[in-house]
Amino acid sequence: MLGEGIIQGLFETARNFFGSYVEKDRLTTVQYPEERHQLPEASRNFPFLLYDGPDPDAGLRCVSCQICEKECPPRCIHIEKSKDKKPDFVGKQQFYPAVFNIDVSVCMSCQICVEVCPFDAIRMDKVFELSTSDRFGGLLWDKHELSKSNEYYRQIHPMEAAECDERRAKELAEAQAKAAAAAAKAAQAAPTSPAAAPAATNGSGNGASAPAKSGAAHSAPETKVAQ
Amino acid sequence: MSGTLAELESIAGPGEIMEVSMGPHHPSTHGVFRMDVRLEGEKVVRLKPVFGYLHRNHEKIAEHGAYLSAIPYTDRLDYLCSMTNNWGYVLAVEKLAGIAVPERAEYIRVIAAELTRFQNHAGLVGFLLQDMGASGTPLMYAFREREKILDLFESLSGARMMCNYMRFGGLRVDCTTGWLDEVRQLTARLPRFVDEFENLLRGNEILMARTQGTGVLSHELAINAGVTGPMLRASGVNYDIRKVDKYGIYDRFDFRVPLGDHGDVYDRYMMRILEMRETLKILEQALRGIPEGPIIDPKVRLRGLRPKAGEAYGRIESPKGELGFFLISDGSTNPYRYRVRPPSMINLTILEDMCLGQNVADVVITLGSVDIVLGEVDR
Repeated sequence: MLGEGIIQGLFETARNFFGSYVEKDRLTTVQYPEERHQLPEASRNFPFLLYDGPDPDAGLRCVSCQICEKECPPRCIHIEKSKDKKPDFVGKQQFYPAVFNIDVSVCMSCQICVEVCPFDAIRMDKVFELSTSDRFGGLLWDKHELSKSNEYYRQIHPMEAAECDERRAKELAEAQAKAAAAAAKAAQAAPTSPAAAPAATNGSGNGASAPAKSGAAHSAPETKVAQ
Repeated sequence: MSGTLAELESIAGPGEIMEVSMGPHHPSTHGVFRMDVRLEGEKVVRLKPVFGYLHRNHEKIAEHGAYLSAIPYTDRLDYLCSMTNNWGYVLAVEKLAGIAVPERAEYIRVIAAELTRFQNHAGLVGFLLQDMGASGTPLMYAFREREKILDLFESLSGARMMCNYMRFGGLRVDCTTGWLDEVRQLTARLPRFVDEFENLLRGNEILMARTQGTGVLSHELAINAGVTGPMLRASGVNYDIRKVDKYGIYDRFDFRVPLGDHGDVYDRYMMRILEMRETLKILEQALRGIPEGPIIDPKVRLRGLRPKAGEAYGRIESPKGELGFFLISDGSTNPYRYRVRPPSMINLTILEDMCLGQNVADVVITLGSVDIVLGEVDR
């Protein structure tokens, strides 16, 4: 019969229309911004820099190795290495970024920087309401705008952060054990030296392992730097 | 006939030929694509496709970056199907560097690629029917289902469209069991959607009158022009790279390759519906057979990969046709030559042959049935 196909199509439309009142499957829209979808854990938007502890400058994990700068496909990261060093989470002396800029108008949210970072220093954020009236300065984020705390990271990516924290705790424990062993060895080699004792008690990283090789006489100034 | 204005006018009569520029900002051109159309009344006597408005130097950028940094750029080729684009590229690199892929990664790749195929075909049918004047309804239904697939992609890879998910030697992250359950639930629901979607307009008399016999592509021309994908199969040529090459693990799945007969717009429309059904079959089998295990070969160096000097061509059956990546390595960290074989562009080359002698309105639906994405055409 001519028109049968049209009637069948209209029947489907009617089924969807009335179905949308009863079936959640057929009505999937939400009233943004009053209503919001929960973002999945893996969701990503733009990168941010992680820091440990309360101070963004002291706790910044980035050691300015510039791997992400080189690997970033659209080259949106700009890093300038510091002249001096600061201790990282295991107490090792590391450079830090004097300048760390990400041009988010260029960034394509590909997550390559996160994958290549060996220091767990850069992660992807979930914030997406970022409109600004300044298209140049407003979208060029510097170190301070990018720095976010580890607590924030735990909040947005709980599973990923737990895995990362566990790995870092293990690294720290290993470094402490190594430092303690090195300090004990140094104390054994020169039991009269008073400088080796504090290194053994606070066990602060690499500064203590270096004097074990060079002898106890040099250990005093180097452990001081580590503290 | 070369189709110059003077030649055309010598046949039609002086002042009878009108030159119309369709696009590049016309919604029916699915992006920034322009057609120089010469018309005699309503009839198309000459059609010249003009593209390049979205050229982004994709191949040169990839040649200047490391092998890894080309993956996020492949997302942006056919931006509706980033998963299959990733797969095509990593397959070429795997061939070039001789990398094996773990079992579980192969299964997840198939699941991701088939979900991509489903959402691409659903979207395409929606857009095609929109072009024909079924304003909104089919497109909204298609996008409703596509949205659910994109949500799955987001919880898997982190992004809805620019997934950047596959890596040479495997995948970036593993999927959770919860994710697989969600895919199972969705796969169980989707056949009902395909039924509804098909019933909506399949038997519609207006649609049949409009599409049957429009934009016919003979199978000889389709083969000669190198047309691939659903376009080729709608013309009755049995050629599916999943069957021919059996790349990945496609030899383990039982599915049919639907074939058309007439090669007109209606066949191409039905081809997508039928392929969606076959896709669901593959998905069910893949979800049943997925093993536990690693998702990436731990020995693969993602950063600073240096394949031995040589060349490789990796090709897959993307939703639009044969997507191939040709790579030449000179032993350094970036490819010496990187070339994409884009199905959209090659399927577009025969547009004039399909449109000659038809009305202007038929050009729009013929173009719609080719299924192009300008990101891939222009690269």
